[in-house]
Amino acid sequence: MAETPKPPAQATIEWPPAGRRRLIGQRISRLDGPAKASGRAKYSYDVNRPGMLHAKLVFSTQARARITAIDTSAAEKMPGVRAIHLILQPGAEVRWVGQEILALAADTEEQARDAARAVKISYEPLPHLVADVPPEQAGTERVQQLREQTEGDPDAGLQQADVIFEGEYGCAVITHCCLEAHGQVAEWNEDNLTVWASTQNVSGLAPQFAQGLQAAGIPVQASQVRVLTPVMGGGFGSKFAADTWGVACAALARKAGRPVKLMLERDHELLAAGSRPSMYARVRVGAKRDGTLTVWHSESWGTGGPSAAGTPNLPYVIGAGRNPVLPKRSRHTAVFTDIGPARAWRAPNHPQMCLITMCALDDLAAKLQMDPLDFFLKNLQYTERPEVYREELLKAADLIGWREKWRPREEALRAKGPVKRGLGLSLHTWGGRGHNSTCQVTIHPDGSVEVAIGSQDLGTGTRTVIGIVAAETLGLPLEAVTVKIGSNEYPPSGASGGSTTVGGVSSSTRDAATNALNQLLAKVAPALGVPAEQLEAREGRIQVKDDPSRNLSWKQACARLGTTPITASGQTQASLISSGVGGVQMAEVAVDVETGIVRVEKMVAVQDCGLIIDLKTAESQCYGAMIMGICYALYEEKIMDQLTGHCLNPDMEFYKLAGIGDIGELVVHMMTGPRYEERGVIGLGEPPVISPGAAISNAVANAIGVRVPYLPLTPDRVLAALEAKGGAV
Amino acid sequence: MQAFEYAEPKTLKEALGLLSSRWGETEILAGGTDLLSLMKNYVATPRRVVNLKSIAELRGVAETSEGLRIGALTTVQELLEDRRLARFPALTAAAQGITSPQIRNMGTIGGDLCQRPRCWYFRNGFGLLARDAQGRALVPEGDNRYHAILGNDGPAYFVSASSFGPPLIALGARVRIAGPNGTREMPLSEFFVIPKNEGEREIALHPNEILTDVFLPAAASELRNATYEVRQREFLDWPLATASVALELREGTVRRASIVLGHVAPIPWQAGAAAALLDGKALTEDLADQAGEQAVAAAKPLSKNRYKVQLARVAVKRALLAAAQGGA
Ligand SMILES: Cc1cc2nc3c(=O)[nH]c(=O)nc-3n(C[C@H](O)[C@H](O)[C@H](O)COP(=O)(O)OP(=O)(O)OC[C@H]3O[C@@H](n4cnc5c(N)ncnc54)[C@H](O)[C@@H]3O)c2cc1C
Repeated sequence: MAETPKPPAQATIEWPPAGRRRLIGQRISRLDGPAKASGRAKYSYDVNRPGMLHAKLVFSTQARARITAIDTSAAEKMPGVRAIHLILQPGAEVRWVGQEILALAADTEEQARDAARAVKISYEPLPHLVADVPPEQAGTERVQQLREQTEGDPDAGLQQADVIFEGEYGCAVITHCCLEAHGQVAEWNEDNLTVWASTQNVSGLAPQFAQGLQAAGIPVQASQVRVLTPVMGGGFGSKFAADTWGVACAALARKAGRPVKLMLERDHELLAAGSRPSMYARVRVGAKRDGTLTVWHSESWGTGGPSAAGTPNLPYVIGAGRNPVLPKRSRHTAVFTDIGPARAWRAPNHPQMCLITMCALDDLAAKLQMDPLDFFLKNLQYTERPEVYREELLKAADLIGWREKWRPREEALRAKGPVKRGLGLSLHTWGGRGHNSTCQVTIHPDGSVEVAIGSQDLGTGTRTVIGIVAAETLGLPLEAVTVKIGSNEYPPSGASGGSTTVGGVSSSTRDAATNALNQLLAKVAPALGVPAEQLEAREGRIQVKDDPSRNLSWKQACARLGTTPITASGQTQASLISSGVGGVQMAEVAVDVETGIVRVEKMVAVQDCGLIIDLKTAESQCYGAMIMGICYALYEEKIMDQLTGHCLNPDMEFYKLAGIGDIGELVVHMMTGPRYEERGVIGLGEPPVISPGAAISNAVANAIGVRVPYLPLTPDRVLAALEAKGGAV
Repeated sequence: MQAFEYAEPKTLKEALGLLSSRWGETEILAGGTDLLSLMKNYVATPRRVVNLKSIAELRGVAETSEGLRIGALTTVQELLEDRRLARFPALTAAAQGITSPQIRNMGTIGGDLCQRPRCWYFRNGFGLLARDAQGRALVPEGDNRYHAILGNDGPAYFVSASSFGPPLIALGARVRIAGPNGTREMPLSEFFVIPKNEGEREIALHPNEILTDVFLPAAASELRNATYEVRQREFLDWPLATASVALELREGTVRRASIVLGHVAPIPWQAGAAAALLDGKALTEDLADQAGEQAVAAAKPLSKNRYKVQLARVAVKRALLAAAQGGA
């Protein structure tokens, strides 16, 4: 036979140009939507294995204490109990109510619950702090100054200011509230472990399980651990780790010789599976009479539980630009408390920094008697991307009717009746560069195509995006491509955090699909009588670029593969992705000044994220983020009781989230066009959740003429703010 | 949930025979929307659960010479759909406030009146009177943002959870109770009590009794009634304060007014002085406002619930104005 045809030389890989995209940028429904809506999609929660046991955790009932004894004798004798696994030993110190002490497995879930209650833990109590207090009330041993930062000459900045505003702002500790709790099903087959885990980190979990199990005396290597997450019910940053309960579940399965399911109960989920740190700040901001900012001062603090949460960078967006530099001085102090530990929460630190900055600036604008829209437009030179924000601000203003509706604070309050309306806005930013991802594309001789990536779909649309890119690249309809994700048997891909997934998987898929296609083109080039470089894949055909009438159908082309499929792999491609997005959100609220109840009537999100792969799932990210934002702006708070050290609302009754009737009208506008698209793909999961708190708080201030300093904006706080102002009620 | 014996009697008599004379040993199951969560959280750990749902005589709404008889098993949804209740918007507004279709379909009027308080110390295992192991009362020093502002001299600080209690009391409802020695009747206003000791309940029922019927007196043509509920969310949420009012409007003046506050005291709170203020007067916005002020005059807010005083006051005002403007 003649020599094997060579694939064409590698050029830098690119996205198809605007006019040539068939699928990319369209509104495409998610591939797994029908399976999820009809209940056919099987979440970790839904996995039931033959002979499976049910495990429950015993957790600390003390906020801080030393464990003096663990007595499992009664539990061991309870009906159905098969195995017990100690996570902590007597002598260990517990640091929050809800900290895992042991797990046990029984035949039924109810038996496991009853047995867990029969375990007796004795404690020697230690003094606790669960209240969210400023550093000066926390005691020196619970406080750590994390950062003091000065830029420019903040003292001179104060001198130059015509108007200075001082305020205090902040937001409570909240939790992730994933619809699907943390947890997994674990099953051993000889020395191999399979875990159906609800995780954001399919490719990264096996080593964690191996390490945790080795520490528990069970020798197993990462190569023996299979992790499966075909679908999952949300993570928001709280599901990167194997966690004590994951290791305990696998250890129980090992001991009992049966598969074990251990999903957290809702109370435990709220107590221990992650929270978002609180953040508070005393702020001083100054500006010239014309609105030009001259200075920022802030003293901030917050608690992320027993260890320090991230350090904020204040001010946020405005003042983050380098040219010119806004003179600033900021200091942040962490307060350590005995509440469950913080975990990354969708855009870690950003919603808090955004609230503090945007509310302080909005108050300064009010003191200057300026329309905040003009005030923010005036100060965009202090941002990293003034042009983008300008465009987005004007677009958002248009969509909410800012120019027609906005009234100065005092005027809104004079409106007739107890319900006052107001508008507020906020700006945000995020990075979102794609993570390391590897993808494998297989083209079978019968024409079927598989795309495999060890990634996961948190509900964001990852599976759909991968399918779109592969189908676009191979000139096929979306249905012709089978997307395989959610297993660590597929090529490794990064954890889904930091809005890095879409950039990673879209570019690795583009790369792998291009490589596979090039192999196919090389194979069929002789049959079409042109060099492979002159061929393209379009609309289900392989055709000559200049003469599409010379073509093979996809099936005919693939048939030329004989019996050997083509496989090609690809990696994240820097040329296809970028980082750094901007967004603007505006809110319109109605506040009943006699009851303090706030309703969001309308919200507008204007967002860029480079080249959009699927407009529909991108918009959905923004809708979902605004809903999440309304929840934390108005309702959410992990309420801790200093007396008992307990969380008082580890349930979905008093840990409040919005229902459909509480959401109002939501409008999303994604920035598109050459200026955005030429940047390549950028992540979107996090940015739109950053601004809602600030935009809603600013709208409330506009409606009632006074700032409600802290989120959530509950009736008691709204009424207290009104009363302090001496008005309205 | 602790394992239990399950009984499904077909008659009231049979059911009564299955109930213990000590609280906690047996529990009555109606819709289960409250009892099941109490049991899952081990706040209730009965030996036996007696399901009432197969007892036909506890069902249905019927017209009688004195008014309406509402069987204890009548669901929230059935109340909403019953046209005979359209004359009592004070009651239907409270039913509408329970915005979950699942709870409307399962929850019963008897269960609503007998449901346990939602006090988070109680629900988290610190007892109805919320004390820690040292006997310290937790509510006054703890987080009491949702607790009582009236009738809160202690040791009870929780609020009555029933949204049907206030409108039914305002409308003059009575209840019938069946026990081992026959039946007894009382005004609903006497059904709710403030417990003095741990182990006592917040209703005047004995452990071996069953609430069988609610009697709602026939509405005079001059009757006006309404309920105003302050709820933070549209989504299923407990009211922060409610007011139910019933009054007769004769030639523009108020007679026989009754005002009952909900979710502000361990029992539905009758604001007698506020109601008396209205007698013989025209119901203006000013008067409604005064009545609101009077209704909370005796309030003694705890450390974190002063805002509820304002909410209760506004609820009274708005309920009165709604009643005046139509309200049946
Ligand atoms: C999240 C949530 C929000 C809610 N919001 C509201 C609200 O805003 N307003 C409101 O009023 N309710 C509200 N409800 C409560 C709901 O209305 C009650 O749970 C329901 O009415 C109780 O009825 P049930 O038949 O399910 O009672 P069950 O759960 O069956 O019983 C409740 C209690 O009453 C006892 N009991 C029941 N029937 C009788 C009887 N005939 N005789 C003697 N004892 C009896 C039971 O033993 C038990 O202790 C809410 C409930 C939930 C879970």
